Amino acid sequence: MSVSINYSEVVKEFIVDNFLFGDGAKITNDTPLLEKGIIDSTGVLELVAFIEDNFKVTVKDEELVQENFSSLIAIEKFLQSKNNKTASN
Amino acid sequence: MCGISGILNLKNPAPISTDHLKRMTYALHHRGPDETGAYVDDWVGLAQSRLSIIDLSSGSQPIHNEDKSLWIVFNGEIFNYPEIRESLIRLRHKFYTTTDTEVILHLYEEKKEKCLDELNGQFAFVIWDSVKKEFFAARDRVGILPFFYKIENEKLLFASEAKAIIEISDSQTTFDPIGLDQIFTFWTNLPGRTAFNNINELAPGHCLKFSPGKEISVSRYWSLPYNKSLLAEEKSIPEFTSEISELMKDSIRIRLRADVPVGSYLSGGLDSSGITAFVKNYFNNELRTFGITFQEESFDESEFQNLMINHLNTNHSEVHATNEDIGKYFSDIVYYGEKPIIRAAPVPLFLLSKKVREEGYKVVLTGEGADEIFGGYNIFKETKVRKFWSVDPASQLRPKLLQKLYPYIFKDKRLAQTLQAFFKLGIEDPNNSFFSHIVRWNNNTRLKNFFSNDLKEQIGDYNAYDDLKSILPKDFDNWDYVYKAQYLEIITFMSGYLLSSQGDRMAMANSVELRVPYLDHRIIEYMATVPSRFKIRGLNEKYLLKKVFNDLLPQRIVNRPKNPYRAPIRNSFLNNKSLDLKTILSEKKISYAGVFDPDKVNLLMKKAERTEALSELDNMALAGIISTQFLHNDFINHKKLDVPDNYRFNTFIDKRNQIN
Repeated sequence: MSVSINYSEVVKEFIVDNFLFGDGAKITNDTPLLEKGIIDSTGVLELVAFIEDNFKVTVKDEELVQENFSSLIAIEKFLQSKNNKTASN
Repeated sequence: MCGISGILNLKNPAPISTDHLKRMTYALHHRGPDETGAYVDDWVGLAQSRLSIIDLSSGSQPIHNEDKSLWIVFNGEIFNYPEIRESLIRLRHKFYTTTDTEVILHLYEEKKEKCLDELNGQFAFVIWDSVKKEFFAARDRVGILPFFYKIENEKLLFASEAKAIIEISDSQTTFDPIGLDQIFTFWTNLPGRTAFNNINELAPGHCLKFSPGKEISVSRYWSLPYNKSLLAEEKSIPEFTSEISELMKDSIRIRLRADVPVGSYLSGGLDSSGITAFVKNYFNNELRTFGITFQEESFDESEFQNLMINHLNTNHSEVHATNEDIGKYFSDIVYYGEKPIIRAAPVPLFLLSKKVREEGYKVVLTGEGADEIFGGYNIFKETKVRKFWSVDPASQLRPKLLQKLYPYIFKDKRLAQTLQAFFKLGIEDPNNSFFSHIVRWNNNTRLKNFFSNDLKEQIGDYNAYDDLKSILPKDFDNWDYVYKAQYLEIITFMSGYLLSSQGDRMAMANSVELRVPYLDHRIIEYMATVPSRFKIRGLNEKYLLKKVFNDLLPQRIVNRPKNPYRAPIRNSFLNNKSLDLKTILSEKKISYAGVFDPDKVNLLMKKAERTEALSELDNMALAGIISTQFLHNDFINHKKLDVPDNYRFNTFIDKRNQIN
C-alpha cells in the first residue's frame, strides 16, 4: 500500500511564488506550464531541485522529460508513480 | 558606543603608566569623542573613550558598584537593560546612573560569568574586582564589537582596536604569516587570530578571566546553536512567518532604545528596507534614513532606494560614492579596519557613516546578518545546486541548473564548459565539511601566488583548512548541508569581515554606532530550528523573510533578485590622483614590506593598466596588495601618535598604592 500525498498544492504554491511572483490566478491544474512559458528548461531543474528537497525523491535524467512536468496534473501523476515505486521497493 | 583599553599586571603589582593609558585612549579617540575616563590601581589600568548614547549626563565611565569594589569599562549596548535593572533593584541593588553599563556590573555581582547569558546586545567589556583581584573580559555572541589583547612583559594589554596596543607595545609589531595566509583564503582571520604577531582577538562568544597566581583562561560561553531535535518540522509557513515577525518586532523595539535619535541605513535591498518599514510602521513615523549611490551604474541601487524612500516617505540623505573617492579613502579604511582587505566595498560605508555623523546622528540600524541567518547569499544557493548535482555527478542535465544562478556567465557556450568544471570541484563528496565553500576558497588561495618566497617559507606547510576544521563542532559533518554553509559563513565572513571591516570599524571611524536587529541572539537561535528548505525555497533565497515583509514592502523590493553589495576596485584605484600607485607598489616598497613578490606585483599593475575588464581575482589581488602595503605603513612602520600635552582624562580614579 502506498501513502497518498497530494503534491499539487505544495508544487503549485512553489510555482506561483517562484515563477509567477504571487500571481496565482494564472494557473490551474491543467495549465500547460512549459508551453505557456511559465517554466523554461532551467526552471524545470529548479522545480526538480525543489521536489527533491521537499519530498525525498530522486529524479533520474531520463525522467526529466516534458510529459512529466507539463502541468500540475502531470507532476502529481509522476510523483505519485515515484512514490508507489519507492513504497513497493 | 565607545573605545576601551587598558593594562593588567599578570605577576606582581607594578606601576601602570598613565601616559600609556592616555596614548591608548587617544588612539581610540574616534570611537568615543565625547569624554574619557580611567581607573588605575596597582594591578590594573582601565581606560575608556565614550560616545554618549544612554544617560548623557551621568554615565561617565569607569563605573563602580555600591562599595566601589568592582569597576567596569564597557563598549556597546545592552538592549534589554531596563528589564534586567528592574530585577536587580528587586534584589536591592542600588544604581547611581541610568546606564546599561551599571546594569552589567550589578548583574556580574549576582551571577559572575553567567551574567552573559542574560545580556541581549552588542558588547565588549572589562570588569575588575579590586578586592578579589579578578579580571573578567567578554565579547558579544557573534562579534559585533571588537576586543584585542596582547601579552607582553608580564602584562596584558587590551583594547577595542589593535592600534591602541601597538601604540604602547614595547616590541616591534610584525605581520603574522599564518594570519596573512588565512586572510588570503577566507577574506579574514579565523576566530582569535589577527594579521599581527602576538596580537589576539577575543573570539566572538568568548570571555577571558585572570587572577594573580593563575593562568589567563579564555572560554566559550555561547555557540551558534544546532540541535537536530529542535527542528520544527511540524510548523507551517504562516506559523514560521508570524513567529519571526514577532521576534523581529521585538528586536527592533529594544534596538531603538537610546537617549539620542536612531536612524536607519536604507540600501534598497530587502533587509534594510524591511527594518526601515518595521520602524516606520510600528515605532517611529519620523524616521531618518541614509543610503549610498554609486558613480558606476552596475553597482548603483538608487532606483530601488528611491522606490523605498517614496514608499515609506522617510527623510533621506545619501552619499554619492565616486570612483575617485573610493580610491582616495581606501588608505583610511585600512587604518580603521586593521587588516588586509580584498574588496573596496568598505569605503562607501565609511563615507556613509561620515554623512550620518555630519547630519547629527550617532546611531543607525542596519541590515547586516540577514543573509547569513535567513539564507540570502548566492553561496547557499550554489551549495544547493551543487548538492542537487551531486545526487548524480554523471548527469548531463543537473549541472545546467547552475545557469539559473549565473545566467550571464553561462551564455558563452565554451566558457560554460570551463565553468561547469570549476563548480564540479568536490561534487563527489557532498558530506565534506567544506562542500559549500571549497570552490570559493580554492579560488581565493590563488591570491597567495603573489606572496613573496620569504613569506611562503614562513607559512611552510600550514594548512588553513585543517585549522578551521579543528574548531568545528564534533558532529558538524552530519549537519544539514545548508546550515553547514551558514555556519561557515557566519564564523568566517560575517564575524571577521562583514561586522568588522564593513561594520563596526567603518562606523566607529566616524563615531557612529551600528545596531543590527537581525543578529539578536533570539532570532539566530530561532532560525537554527527552521529546516533549510524553508529558508531557501527551491532557489528562492530568504523565503521566510520575504513572507514577513510581504505586506509592508512594494512587490518589486520583495521579489527582486539579491544584488551583492560591492564597489569597483580597478576603476577606483587606477588613474586616481589621490592614489600614487607607482610609489605604493614600487619594487622598493614591496620588497621592504616583504609580503609580496615585487615582479608579480609589477606584472599585475601592467595588466591592470591595459585591461579595463580585469578579472575578479585580479581585482581582489589589487585590493589585497595595496591594503597590505598601507597596513605595513600604518602599523609595522608605526610612528607614535602625537598626543597633545594638555590631553587629560575627564574622569580619573586613582587607587594606586592602596594595597589591601
